[in-house]
Amino acid sequence: MAKVEQKGALSTEELRDFLREMLLIRRFEEKVEERFRAGELPGFLHVAIGQEAVAVGVCRALEDGDVIASTHRAHGHTLAKGTMPNELMAELYGKLEGCSHGYGGSMHLYDVERGNMGANAVVGGGLPQITGMALAFQLRGEPRVAVAFFGDGATNIGTFHEALNLAQLWKVPAVFVLEDNKWAESTPESQHSPIRDLSKRAEAFGMTAIKVDGQDVEEVYKAAKKALDHARSGKGPVFLHAGTYRLVGHYIGDPQVYRSKEEQQDVRQHHDPLTFLRQKLEITDEEFEEMDADVQEVVDASVEFAKNGTDPRPEDALKNVYA
Amino acid sequence: MPELSYREAVRDALSRAMRKDEDVFIMGEDIAEMGGSMGVTQGMLAEFGPQRVRNTPISEMALAGAAIGAAVQGMRPVAEIMYEDFLTLATEQIVNQAAKHRYMSGGQVTVPVTFRTQGGSGWSPGAQHAQQLEAWFVHIPGLKVVFPSTPTDVRGLLWSSIYDDNPVVFFEHRTLYGIKEEVPEELEPIPLGKARVHREGDDVTVIATGRLVHEALAAATDAENDGVSVEVVDPRTLQPLDEEALIASVKKTNRCVVAHEAVTRMGFGAEVAAIVQHGAFDWLDAPIERVGAKFTPLPFAPVMEEWCVPHAKDVLEAINKTLARNT
Repeated sequence: MAKVEQKGALSTEELRDFLREMLLIRRFEEKVEERFRAGELPGFLHVAIGQEAVAVGVCRALEDGDVIASTHRAHGHTLAKGTMPNELMAELYGKLEGCSHGYGGSMHLYDVERGNMGANAVVGGGLPQITGMALAFQLRGEPRVAVAFFGDGATNIGTFHEALNLAQLWKVPAVFVLEDNKWAESTPESQHSPIRDLSKRAEAFGMTAIKVDGQDVEEVYKAAKKALDHARSGKGPVFLHAGTYRLVGHYIGDPQVYRSKEEQQDVRQHHDPLTFLRQKLEITDEEFEEMDADVQEVVDASVEFAKNGTDPRPEDALKNVYA
Repeated sequence: MPELSYREAVRDALSRAMRKDEDVFIMGEDIAEMGGSMGVTQGMLAEFGPQRVRNTPISEMALAGAAIGAAVQGMRPVAEIMYEDFLTLATEQIVNQAAKHRYMSGGQVTVPVTFRTQGGSGWSPGAQHAQQLEAWFVHIPGLKVVFPSTPTDVRGLLWSSIYDDNPVVFFEHRTLYGIKEEVPEELEPIPLGKARVHREGDDVTVIATGRLVHEALAAATDAENDGVSVEVVDPRTLQPLDEEALIASVKKTNRCVVAHEAVTRMGFGAEVAAIVQHGAFDWLDAPIERVGAKFTPLPFAPVMEEWCVPHAKDVLEAINKTLARNT
């Protein structure tokens, strides 16, 4: 286990910017939940409330040219990678202005120009492709890194093991970010994995593993920088194990019959990355409210933008099947 | 003109593309030192080195997925899936990922990857090393599917598959690797979606793929001895399909047999029969006959294997059935 060094600390200004980004993701997802319950949004929606620090910490550590592959819980990664809230919201409303032009939806968010190579609705589906994208960078001698996000549930699927094995074997510049929220949908980690330390799975392939508190965005950022430097310098892939918490259910509307009300309350009270950062930065209520109002305005505007977006024609469904 | 075997023709297309273009590379199980389980890539490691002739672990999901990922980033990888049967392991990546990235992204992503694979009966490998699964992949929007039957076709179509901007599943038939043919000095690319009329005829059209093209040609020779003129057409590309050529041939002959080695039930021939009956309904003088394997896994014992899959005599029987109808 490599140690995360206490270097490259972020300035207060940078951390305030991180807080704003995390808050934007939070308010965006709360709005998504609200609009879904109002019956405005089609499809299956999974929010990542509680996991914002991983998305922001990792994506802010990326350099231009780096790429990501996300999961079904992709709103945070997508916003953190630079997609405009308007484009993301328009996608959730199925509009042509959406980041996948209405062909993808919440589980298939793409923004290739900004390095988002696609959220994947098959658990573990993106991992082998991240190995392959990193291989392309290696073959062409480009100083770029490919980054996969996935949850603890994905560490049981074959693609995880095959992709990590191949990545380490070929020493490709990839970072595998485990967002360990301890739940695979409704199944707790104790029921899906015989070991508690999932980093061991990467270490079994000889891969460097870094563990980090995924609720502390500054620590995530520093660990991600270290992982990316390692991969970019040609030393091979890194497994970045971020412990995090899903403060909500698996999907919007999930009654969470599988976890107690006390536990739900406990994670909300004690493991919210926004509360943690707010306290760390000693942000006053007044300052926070100002930031919040500012972010809410952006989110509200995205809903307006999306509602006024262009519906695809039904027959547009026949486009984009082949290049 | 040089003479190339089907095997050498595949190697020739791969090697020429790799000489021309740094973006093309090959990956798969045992393809480097060993030259592939069928010897297709023999000698390529020496010419191109281990960076571009990449041996992989036995990890079909990872090798298929890595090829897709490299393609998404602008390479043109050719991944070899050792046996068609092992496509089942890579199918998630091919069907959910390669076939759908372009679509799900609203046209942002391009996936120029080729999956080469091989299979077929004839060597008694049993139920897990000889299936013909092309119909599964023709069913998936977003994939192109190619199944060449001659050295010239396999060379020209593989080239076009590598340079196509879509994912292509490229089927080779194991028993064809040894067949030889004179081919032009320069590789002539064959566009995907163009059928080939192997033999012109007037009385009945046989639409055949893979090994059955050769069985159909043998049946046509036999039929000729009985005064029956058979036209043999090979679609070569199953998706996109040259429907026009198939319908035009049947409009000329008024009878149609569809033949492939895969099981008849829900096979590619069922779709061809539907297309032909719709496009040439008023021209047909007899029901379309289908030739394929019996509805069973492939057995091991050679006598059983041979009995299960179709041969020239089965094609001839089907031809005669269409002729037995009153016109």
